[in-house]
Order: sequence, then structure tokens, then C-alpha cells
Amino acid sequence: MFFGLSEEQEQFQDYVKKFLADNVSVDEIRKITNGEDEALAKEIYGGLINLGINALLVPEEHGGLGADLLSAVAVAQGLGSGVGPIPFAGAYVMAPIAINLAGSDEQKTKYLPQIVSNETKFGVGLSEYVAAREDAGIDLASGKANGKALFVIDGDEADFFLLANKGGVLFLVDAKDKGIEITKLTSVDKTRSYLELNLKNVAAEILSGSESDPEIAKKVLDAGRIIFAADSLGASESMIEKAVSYAKERKQFNRVIGSFQAVKHMCAEMASDLEPCYAMLWQAAHSFDHDPDEARLQACQAKSHISEVAKMVSKKATEVHGGMGFTDLLGLHYWFKRIGLNRQLLGGPELIREEAAEIQGFNQ
Amino acid sequence: MDLNYGAEYEDFRKDVEAFCKEYQGVSFKSESNDNNMSDALSGSSATKKSKKEVTRSEWQQILIEKGYIARAIPKEYGGYGGETDIIKSRIIATEFSKAKVPGGMGGQGIDMLVPTLLEWGSEEQKQKYIRPTLHGEMIWCQGYSEPNAGSDLASLQTKGELIDGNWVINGQKIWTSTAQYSQMMFCLVRTEPQAPKHSGISFILIPMDTPGIEIRPLVDMTLKAGFNEVFFDDVTVPEENIVAKRGEGWSVANSVLGHERGSLADPNATMNRLNTLINMMKEQTIDGRRLIDIPSYRDRLMQVQGKVMASQAHSLRLLSSKINPGQNVKLGGMIQKLVGTELRHELEGLAIDVLGEIGTLYEDSPYLKEDGSFQFTYMYFLGLIIGGGTNQIQKNIISERGLGMPKEPKVTEAS
Repeated sequence: MFFGLSEEQEQFQDYVKKFLADNVSVDEIRKITNGEDEALAKEIYGGLINLGINALLVPEEHGGLGADLLSAVAVAQGLGSGVGPIPFAGAYVMAPIAINLAGSDEQKTKYLPQIVSNETKFGVGLSEYVAAREDAGIDLASGKANGKALFVIDGDEADFFLLANKGGVLFLVDAKDKGIEITKLTSVDKTRSYLELNLKNVAAEILSGSESDPEIAKKVLDAGRIIFAADSLGASESMIEKAVSYAKERKQFNRVIGSFQAVKHMCAEMASDLEPCYAMLWQAAHSFDHDPDEARLQACQAKSHISEVAKMVSKKATEVHGGMGFTDLLGLHYWFKRIGLNRQLLGGPELIREEAAEIQGFNQ
Repeated sequence: MDLNYGAEYEDFRKDVEAFCKEYQGVSFKSESNDNNMSDALSGSSATKKSKKEVTRSEWQQILIEKGYIARAIPKEYGGYGGETDIIKSRIIATEFSKAKVPGGMGGQGIDMLVPTLLEWGSEEQKQKYIRPTLHGEMIWCQGYSEPNAGSDLASLQTKGELIDGNWVINGQKIWTSTAQYSQMMFCLVRTEPQAPKHSGISFILIPMDTPGIEIRPLVDMTLKAGFNEVFFDDVTVPEENIVAKRGEGWSVANSVLGHERGSLADPNATMNRLNTLINMMKEQTIDGRRLIDIPSYRDRLMQVQGKVMASQAHSLRLLSSKINPGQNVKLGGMIQKLVGTELRHELEGLAIDVLGEIGTLYEDSPYLKEDGSFQFTYMYFLGLIIGGGTNQIQKNIISERGLGMPKEPKVTEAS
């Protein structure tokens, strides 16, 4: 019996953390997110791809690493802790899982190796499948997609978009299709891209497995939610570390503020609420691959619970930093905003808890 | 990640499962109504629909013989004489909890004194005290806190002087649970008044029928359970009743305090209480509508469920860190008392809220749900939030020992 990340998974996470720590300081994040240094942005993205984060979930027969979701969770924790400004949850988790579970042999053979080589990039838009805002949504008829997809993630350089209709039918559209109009949305979290797509008679390549099995779209959703929870967990861990180390240095009233119980207790509260989240997250990821009966409930509860804890951490850690915590100069806000975006993506805590209740048959 | 215990443990699990099936519905002879409440605390339901009746000490005997309790305690001291096996302990706890079969007796003697004696006691002390304690024939109370030594326990002042081969003890203890029916007390006493405060304390065993001991009850807010104040007026016990050496009492006491903190909030019991709450919310109604169908109640239920699931997963991770040396759970055990007691208090409080006015009913009122155990447990866990090292003290420990933050500077005494 062993409950936790394997040595290999921890090592992978350490590589990601180290790469971000060595290459992406707050100043560099600022440059990248302001669009001031595209070369640097490409270099960071390329560096992480070199570590193989894109190949994790592609089966070995298609040239990938054939890892389980827990390995992707280990990476996502690392990306969250360094607010990695690259695509991941959509492009390298949800897309390969969707294609692998619902694609035809032909589609798998075509697309999966291209994810490994990173020649083909996927943006993902499942927001309307979860909860449609602004009357958005996509209709599928006779192989054509029409409508609007909001809050599409990982789409900045995408060659294809993975989308779904309300019934959970998954399909791909070519980003170069003339019927697609792409509009950038601006969220508080500038470390990740956010798009709106308007589709008029766009050719839809349906992943036919999702037509016959509506559970597949839910599975893809579970994976995405678990990854966003992992990202928030990593970001929270990092915020606590920063708060504790700041409190050990900053002096007021002739003593370090970390010796005041008011400050110590905030740190203890953050740490003790976050600590059980590791186990919860890893169990959810493990169940995703190995315990289908528990998987959906655990994915929902992990996303909603970790989102709540992360929100608390993002507030208290900022408060420990005092006025500096509020400044752009210190840049703590990148972590605050990362947690803020993760919380809402693929459903905020209230919506997901309602789903968790439904899974258990509570709301009749 | 590997959540399988392996084939050997699967066989063991089946044995335990069969045992639990055999004893499902077991109940205890001649005991007070307070049983209902202790069952609510542990999440079991021994007193309902009883088929078999045993005494508490017969039940202890049965469990020791199977190795379900006192597993690693040598046979010569009345234990099972097996090896410590954390996975088996976990399997036992889980299966008992699932079948709602009552576990072994707890209490200060079994949970705290026995491990203390095994580590620090003389051979005579082990021979004399462990067996009757394990079998429920010798009940112990703990004499640590004093009116002026609460969170700052090491400042305790109850005095012990060695006179003609006897310890003569004077002073007062407080928050002493079970003093009124204990045969023995293990007590922290200041024996070296000249030494620094932590090294002037000794750990002494005191028979409760010794002349000079006065016990005054101190009823707690639940009005069902209680503490005591215990007064010592020239209480005289033999010199050999000291455990370890003079002045080592603080180390002796600390070696088992961590154990007590962990045991205050068992995640299995919390899961059972969550299930009780869920069932209650499916049965009870407002205007004919089930409580669980009211969205705001349901959302709070789901929030608490998330926390319970996190804490269950965390306990698995802790278990794993104990059997896989080198696995680092840096804050793992340290947070258990804080998080576990707060969660339980929140869970019981939610049950009261969804019951509304019904939730305020208590004792033997009509319309009482679950024997009034939600109110009782809600209050009881507030007691545990304060007791066993207040949760504010826990936060000091977590921030200092877990996060490496500095201690609060000492205040020089005002004159």
C-alpha cells in the first residue's frame, strides 16, 4: 500500500517547478503576460514541452508516455506553483483523453502522435456543456456546427478546437475554417488564454464514441476539473510558502511579524486546511483511472473543496504580505488570479456541488 | 499510488468482517443512558436492537483474544502479544465502523497510561497495572491541568515531597474526567521546586482511595458529562509509585500527548455521523419537502461532505507514511486535532441548523431526533476544540514546528 505520488511523479513535478523557478521570475511573467516578449514566451513554452508534459496522457502505442491522470496532476501542481504561462489542462489533458476515449482508430492515429510532437495544438471549449452563460452554445446538425463557445481555454495558438454540444457530443473543428470568428477575452489571469468562438456552418469532425456513450464527455470534464484543482493546490502551496517566508523577514515593532500570533495563526490555518487537499486530489486522480464508481463524486468534490480552500489561502496569504501583497511590484496577484480563474473554469464550487449531490441521487 | 493492502490483508479483512457480522447488534449490560451519547461520539449504535448482551470487560476480553485491541502488548502483561501492524489496525477500525460494532474501551488508562508504562515504567509497574487496565477492571484518570496551569501546563504547582519513603502530595487538579469512578490517577507533580519549570516535574501514580483526596464534580455545558476538581491534602503514596526518574515527568507526559491529540477526531466516526445526517435529511421535512431537497441545506451538506472526504483521504496518506519510511507528510499528523475537531463541530452544527427548532430539543423532549445527539455532540466537540491543547495552541504548534515560524518573545514578568 502506498498513498501518494510515486518517486517518478515527484521528480517530474520537481523538474517543472525548477524550470519555472529558474526561468520565470515575476518580472518575466509580467513581460510574457503583457505581450512584451514573445521570444521569451516561446522559450518557456518550448522548455516545458521538452520535459514531455504534452506526451504524458497519450498512450504508448501512439508515441506518448501512457501515464495516468495522477502524473498529469503532479505536473499541474508544479505549473500552478510557478504560475506557468502555458497551455496544459485543455491542450494536453482533456484533448488527448477525449480523442483517445471517443475518437475512431483513424482519428487516434492521426491526432495523438501530433500531440506528442506538438505539431497540432488543441484549444478546448466545454463551458456551455457545463453551464451556458450569455445564451451561448453550439448546435450540431448534418456535420456542421453553429453557435457560440465562450471561455475556450488553451486556444491562442490552437490548430483545432475540441468542443461539445449540450448533449455531450464531442467534436473537433479546424481553427482555420472560414466560418470561425475568434475573439480574445481578457480575464484577470493573464497567464492563460481565453477565447470566444463564433461558428457559422463550420465543418465538425465528430468523435463518434461520445455520441454512443454520454459518459465520455463527463469523463473529459472530470479530468479537466481535477487538473484545475491541482493547479490551484500548487498555486496555494506557493502562496503559503511566500507568506511564511515574508513573515519571517518583515519586521515591525522591533520583531519579525511572523512572531505575532495573529500572523502565525493565519499561516497555520492556511497550511492545515490545505494539507488534506493533497490526499483528496491524488485520490480523485487515482480513482479517475482505477475506481470508476467513486471517480465522478471525487472529481466534483476535489474541484469544489480545493477551490474553496485555495480562495481562502489566496486572501490570507495576500493579507500576510500587508500593503506589498496588494502591489503589482511584488506580483503575488498572479497567483491570486490564477486561483480565481481555476475556481470558475468548468463550473464554480456551487454548481459542482449541485452536480455532486445529483451523482448521489440527493436532489430529486 | 497503490491502495491495495495485498492478499494477506484481504484474508484478515474477511476475518474481521465475519467477526463483526457475528457480533452485530451487541450491547452492554447494566449501563446508564449515557451510552447513547458515547455511541453518537464514536458513530456506533450498540444500544439499538440488541441481540447479545455482554459486560464491557467481557467485550474487552473477546477483543483482546482476537487481537483486535491491545494487539502489540505482550501476553505477559495481558495483551494479545502480536506485532504492531498499522494496516491491520486500520482494517479493524474500518470494519468495526462499517458494521457499527462497538470498539474496545478507550479512556485515559488504555489510551495514555498503558503506552506510557510500556515506554517508561518499571517491570513491577508493568506487571501490576497493565493487565487490569486493559481488561477494564482498573479505570484511570489524568491529573495534569490545574486552575493556573492550563495552556501553560508546565507551570503546574501541585507539590510532591519525598518524606520517609513516601510521596506527600498537596495541591489541586482540574478538568479531571472520570475521577469519580477511577481507581487510579496518573498525575504530574512538582517535586523539584528549585529546577527550571520543565525539569521539576515527576509522573506519579495515585490510588484514588488514598485518604486526603477530595473530588468535586464540575458539570460541563452538555449537562450530561462532566469533569471534576480533585484536591490533595497530604495525600501519601509509596515512593515506588513514581514512573521514570524524579524530574522526568514532563518528558514522560509528552511522549503520549501526541497520541491523545490524534485520537480526538476519528475520521471513521466522522464519516458515520455524516451518513446519519444524510439519512436524517432524507427523512425529515419542512412543509412536506425533504430537507435534502432544499438547495441551501443541500449545498452546505455537500460542503461538509467535501471536507469529510478530504480528511478521510488524508488519514490514508498518513497511514501510508507510517508504513513507507521516507514518505514525507510534513504537517500530516500535526493538523489532525485542529482540523478534525473543527470539522466535527461544523457537521453536528449543520444537523442542528437543518432541523431548525427541532434541532434545539434536548434530553427527553418529544420530537427529539437521534436521541438529541446532534446538540450533545455539537457542544461536546466545542469542548474538544478547547481541550487536549486548545486549537489556538495547535496553531502555535503548526506554525512553529510545522512552518518554522518564530516563537512569540517571552514577556518579562510585570512586578
